[in-house]
Amino acid sequence: MSWYKIYGLSLRHIYLIKGSFPRILDLIYWPSIQVFLWGFISEFFTMSSSYYSNTVGIILTAAILYDFLFRSSISYNMMFLEEIWSRNFTNLFIAPIKISEIIAALTMTAIFRTLIGLVPAVLLAIPLFGVSIFKLGIPLIFLLIALYIFGVSLGLFVTAGLLRFGPSFENIAWASLFFLAPLGCIYYPIEILPNTLQTIAKALPLVHIFEEMRNILINKTINVIEIIKSIMISDIYFVGGVIIFYISYYGAKKKGTLINIGE
Amino acid sequence: MNIKVQNLTKKFNNYLAVNNISFTLERGKTLGLLGPNGCGKTTSIGMMLGLITPSSGEVLINDKNVNSASRNDLLSKMNFASPYIELPKKLTVRQNLEVYGRLYGIKDLKNIIAQISDDLNLNNFLNKKTGELSSGQKNRVSLAKSLINKPEVLFLDEPTASLDPDIGDFVRQYIETYKSKNKVTILLASHNMKEVERLCDSVVMMKEGQIVDRGTCKELIEKHGRDNLEDTFLQIARSKK
Repeated sequence: MSWYKIYGLSLRHIYLIKGSFPRILDLIYWPSIQVFLWGFISEFFTMSSSYYSNTVGIILTAAILYDFLFRSSISYNMMFLEEIWSRNFTNLFIAPIKISEIIAALTMTAIFRTLIGLVPAVLLAIPLFGVSIFKLGIPLIFLLIALYIFGVSLGLFVTAGLLRFGPSFENIAWASLFFLAPLGCIYYPIEILPNTLQTIAKALPLVHIFEEMRNILINKTINVIEIIKSIMISDIYFVGGVIIFYISYYGAKKKGTLINIGE
Repeated sequence: MNIKVQNLTKKFNNYLAVNNISFTLERGKTLGLLGPNGCGKTTSIGMMLGLITPSSGEVLINDKNVNSASRNDLLSKMNFASPYIELPKKLTVRQNLEVYGRLYGIKDLKNIIAQISDDLNLNNFLNKKTGELSSGQKNRVSLAKSLINKPEVLFLDEPTASLDPDIGDFVRQYIETYKSKNKVTILLASHNMKEVERLCDSVVMMKEGQIVDRGTCKELIEKHGRDNLEDTFLQIARSKK
């Protein structure tokens, strides 16, 4: 892989963000709104629920972590959609850049986009609601890694769909995370789900990530196995996403969509 | 670099877009790919660039299949310009050239961008967003992008479409000079027959996915008993067979 080319493609998206204040504002706006919304909800819950009474801000922490996942996936999708919207697809795919380099560039740039939105939201939560995700300690780093890998994996699945079916797949890009959210047990323990859904939910890294987040905040213990499990499951999805992306790329070449995808 | 297109066919479901075409383009020569809209020119170029997988047949560039593992090596020596394909509109011209220069692995980018900008008169709008340019300016930027890697094979799809006569002539003049200086192999798809007569060493006429005639411009004009290539094109395009 050529880092020079990967940086080149990343630069295209960095220039795009740097050159547009509304884009930066948009990146910051939604995570901050989430913090306000879930901040007030969690304040109400901590006053009214015995389950949450000992740990102020579990819901808000969950909301911030979920937003991190949401932003990483959407960032990945958005960068790919930018290529479609700007009708730049043909130029990109006739450049001597490998698919692995495109994936690497999008993966690396997605974290940049995600952090632009997330950092202000995380910092806002501290003075406004007295909630800091840093209370999760060192495990926070690993939970974020698991979330990021899974977010990028979802991005890969969606962009594979965009590549194969064209811009008509765009709506799926926006809906993909909402579809998984109920099974992710973000705001509630897995026991709430019916038994059959629990089995399906355990195949997602989200359950392990958010269960572990609650475990750390409520029980003040760290279950390393759960953290490792969440990263490993995310890795499996990532590998699956890469494979599907390659299959879609070759499918798009057969179908001829690479040359007219923006039309 | 030379191009060999051998028995190239592309079928989309039941539609035969390109039907068994073959031709050879020698190094340093310019071939005009002509034909009415929908005759399969874009699909053929797509296959030559490795963007579309042929149903059968192959495209060899310097005897290497464009769909093989060496595609990226070949692509680093090729490029493509078309007014129908755009560069990111929100990036400035300089940023676009920098991004594409990097994607092509060009190291001495600053000097190369300066050189191309001088040659194609881009300096006045180098720091302007690409989406804010006129079609003539966009066209020159697209051409600049296609020359960023000093390609040995250049695919040009209607490089002067929608340009005023002055800028159109400037672009044609530039291509002519660039070709003679750099021995570049050019495949040109165009509906401007005067442009084709001026730039191309030979032409291939396509209709309904097939090659229906080929030769030098002079040979085709004489063969069909017409005064110029435009009339020859019309005769071929309107003939029943």
